[in-house]
Amino acid sequence: MKKRLTGKEIAEYGLLISLAMVLSYVEYMIPFSVAVPGVKLGLANIVVIFALYRLGTFQAFVISLLRVLLMSFMFGNAFALMYSLSGALLSLCIMLVLRKTGRFSPVGVGAAGGVSHNIGQILCAMVLLETKRLIYYLPVLLISGTIAGIVIGVIAGILIKRLDPKQV
Amino acid sequence: MKKRKNDIMLVAAIGFIALLLWLIIYITRSEGAFVRVTVDGGEYGTYPLDADAEIFIRGDGAYNILVIKDGEAAVLDASCPDKLCMHQGKIRYDGQSIICLPNKVVVEIVGGGQSEYDAVTR
Repeated sequence: MKKRLTGKEIAEYGLLISLAMVLSYVEYMIPFSVAVPGVKLGLANIVVIFALYRLGTFQAFVISLLRVLLMSFMFGNAFALMYSLSGALLSLCIMLVLRKTGRFSPVGVGAAGGVSHNIGQILCAMVLLETKRLIYYLPVLLISGTIAGIVIGVIAGILIKRLDPKQV
Repeated sequence: MKKRKNDIMLVAAIGFIALLLWLIIYITRSEGAFVRVTVDGGEYGTYPLDADAEIFIRGDGAYNILVIKDGEAAVLDASCPDKLCMHQGKIRYDGQSIICLPNKVVVEIVGGGQSEYDAVTR
């Protein structure tokens, strides 16, 4: 564990967290309505996957959790926070495990991240709303999460390759 | 490359699980008998699926129009800005629902089958 953050690291965190927040906001602005609630692109995950590959586990966790907290404080409510947090946490854990095995490219990690985000959210909703009926949404969410995750993974993969680690 | 192969396997596995889950839901479903409408957690009304009807659901300064036709229920019009409920299509099987979050309206199919959930709530 590090004792103290250097100025460069603080700048790094600030940059990546604000980038993740802007991406969430951009996604929120795009009118994208599908019949099933929870279908989305997950643009902010680009930053998290990037952090997972280029910076480290701890950094990825900090960036993801702070983004969720800050976005919920600004635009959401307690319910929104719980949904987002459960999705983000499960997604982070799954992506971390896949990343650590070293057997998957960012595309696979992204797909798993997208799917597990949806699963985390639907589990949370099932507990909060006390209904098992939401399981009907799961097949659609698994497919949409995979497709969105692949897109995000491809973008993150390109960034990881193109951006020199020393310049981040 | 080996990683690409693993990625494809992973995606295929998720796709397979989704298909399996959908299949299970498809096989175990049963036709419902009633449409239950809840507004903000409170029961608004229950209507039979076999009688065609048009129901005006009045909420807190908001409305949804529910149409029952040919044993299927759908939301025809709504005052909410996103109109998600209108895009959720027609429902007819036990447990299916149309949810309008802004108006806090839940339209769900009940009865017909032996759902454990209904056994608890009744």
